[in-house]
Amino acid sequence: MILDIIISGLINGSVYALLAIGFSLIYGAARIVNLAHTAFYMVASYCIYFATHKMGVHPVLAMLAAIILVTLIGLVCYRLFIDPIREHEAAVLIATIAVAMAMQEIMLIIFTGDYLSVPSLVKGYLGIIGVKIAYQQLLTFGVALLILAGVWTLLKKTRVGLAIRATAQDREVANLMGMNESRVAMITMGISVGLAAFAGAVVVPLTVVNPHMWMHPLIFMLAIVVLGGLGSLKGSFAGAYILGFAESLVVFLLPMGAFLKGSVALSIMILVLLIRPEGLFGVAFEEER
Amino acid sequence: MKIPKFVLSILLVACLVMAISLPAYAAKVIKIGVIGPMKFVQGKGHWNGATMAAEEINAKGGIWVGKKKMKIELIKLDSNEFLSMTDATNAMELAITRHKVDFLVGGFRTEAVLAMQDIAMDYKKIFIGCGAAHPELCIRVAKDYKRYKYFFRGTPFNSRYLVKTCFIHMATVGGIMKKMLGIPKVKVAIVAEKAMWVDPMVAAAKGFIPKMGMEVAGIWRPSAVATDVTAELSAIQRSGAHMIFTTFSSSVGITFARQAGELKIPAVQVGINVEAQKDGFWEATQEMGNYVMTMNTYARGVEANELTPRFVNTYIKKFGETPTYTADTYTQIIYNLAPVIEEAGTLDADKIVAIMENREYATPGGKIKYMKDAQGRHLHDLTWGPGYLTSLGVQWQDGKLVGVWPNHWKPAKGVPEITYKGIVPYKIAPWIIKEYKK
Repeated sequence: MILDIIISGLINGSVYALLAIGFSLIYGAARIVNLAHTAFYMVASYCIYFATHKMGVHPVLAMLAAIILVTLIGLVCYRLFIDPIREHEAAVLIATIAVAMAMQEIMLIIFTGDYLSVPSLVKGYLGIIGVKIAYQQLLTFGVALLILAGVWTLLKKTRVGLAIRATAQDREVANLMGMNESRVAMITMGISVGLAAFAGAVVVPLTVVNPHMWMHPLIFMLAIVVLGGLGSLKGSFAGAYILGFAESLVVFLLPMGAFLKGSVALSIMILVLLIRPEGLFGVAFEEER
Repeated sequence: MKIPKFVLSILLVACLVMAISLPAYAAKVIKIGVIGPMKFVQGKGHWNGATMAAEEINAKGGIWVGKKKMKIELIKLDSNEFLSMTDATNAMELAITRHKVDFLVGGFRTEAVLAMQDIAMDYKKIFIGCGAAHPELCIRVAKDYKRYKYFFRGTPFNSRYLVKTCFIHMATVGGIMKKMLGIPKVKVAIVAEKAMWVDPMVAAAKGFIPKMGMEVAGIWRPSAVATDVTAELSAIQRSGAHMIFTTFSSSVGITFARQAGELKIPAVQVGINVEAQKDGFWEATQEMGNYVMTMNTYARGVEANELTPRFVNTYIKKFGETPTYTADTYTQIIYNLAPVIEEAGTLDADKIVAIMENREYATPGGKIKYMKDAQGRHLHDLTWGPGYLTSLGVQWQDGKLVGVWPNHWKPAKGVPEITYKGIVPYKIAPWIIKEYKK
């Protein structure tokens, strides 16, 4: 059973990490709380469904096209709905949730509420000491780790990453040092939405595509970033795995209450906040900034 | 002769009233509100069934109400009940107060239908539920007949009978497993989504499975919209279950079937999986839903009686898919409301209720008779059993949803076996045979 919990927790945690790090990135760099983040993940899933089922495109090509398209949609949304009101955090919150709802309704009109799916890239499963893991899950896990490593390299080893980190530390000083803070915010938004789209791409063969699929991950993602410390990438990473394992523990230890896994995750978040209001990596986050 | 001013004014007012009301009276139609989650497959079923019924009736000129024939006008009401209970109650209010509907059919989620039922009863509107299964909806009728007598269950039969039918399916499949695979005692995992309609079924299953000579391996309650159940599936496999008793009405039915098929979990799935009742299930599970068995109302090529093929074939021709049980709005309008209105000769709800609750009538799904409780009080609930509604057991077999039950079903000693026309034998998945056949 321990092995089941470890494997299940690792896979869940990786997907959550992909979503949470994108969300954390844009908050850290531009102070934008983008509640439409998981809606982009939903749109990416629909794009892949449409490309594979209606246009007959190969799933891998469909995924790449979806990531590019959704990133572009994200940038357009940023320019139209977020950038003009960026300085007003409450307005950004409302605007982004409105964008998410609008995307949900658009998908509902186009695709109706029918539950759809996309084929797995790799069929079959691997048995490890009696635990069955679908190859698609392993692939998702591996790709998620690769992307996370890619984001880390981008932030630590490139000039763009340096600019993002500098802006995250102090926007005014970064501006004074000649960095175009607005452009950095836009690039970060692009990377953030791209990560959401990537999460959609790697998860879509494992899940059921429907217009409301963004809601549950949004709650989880918020729990993760608050748990890890808002804006801290390290914290989001740790928070994602903590909640991923919490989910698995609930299912295995409390089968009758498997539906409570979301509530348990949120309870952990509240508990951490009560003990440590700044989140697990709040201090580290301050240092990073 | 001089007409007094008073009489003249009364005559004028009377003429005015007649002038206004006569055209409306002459043109009056019977308004039926079709309420359901219209952006979802369940609501589409409600609407499609009702549309088919209205078209058939209107093509014949309408329904006789006393001495005049009235056509049917359908009002589409999106309850959005999967997401918002408030939307559901608002839709019901809208139907009655703005659209002035005469009758209502539809509803799906018990939680929403209970709330909608109260609104319909406030206005004394006949509301035929076509989706929710919780017994409470009809217990209310018996407990407070004066208030709730306007509610009738149209489909499905209540969850007590749903679970009873599931037990029969489980016993049938369990028997096949014992015979084919030599399993002495079948272990059953109960997997039920977290929803109100499922709660009495879980309790019943927990108590009754041991009485059937089987063993409960565990109970799992995932969320109705869970997108990953691999953890549950691992735990089920660890429990050594040979059979999974499923009760799903939402998207988790697809997730569960797909992941169980992908991981080749060595346990047959029997029970209720509403998503598996739909033609789109095969594609939605990426063909991983093979061998999933579920209770259903209709299947291509299966005939419960002589009325079934006409309804099923016309529906398929018109909408390109097999009707699901929410499409029984058709049945309720064609075989229930229409003849009762003609018999009553009025749209008066009280007179219609009095006729409706005492009728027995054949429908494409079987014969309908409304039950009474142990104290003889009207329940307006559907009678289950041989000769009445029994539903079907259907199984996905290589891309086709085929009927597998009732197949030589013997409901009681001395009663003849029942096999519906078009039924084929149940199949066990090859990986399960491989796992257990030594």
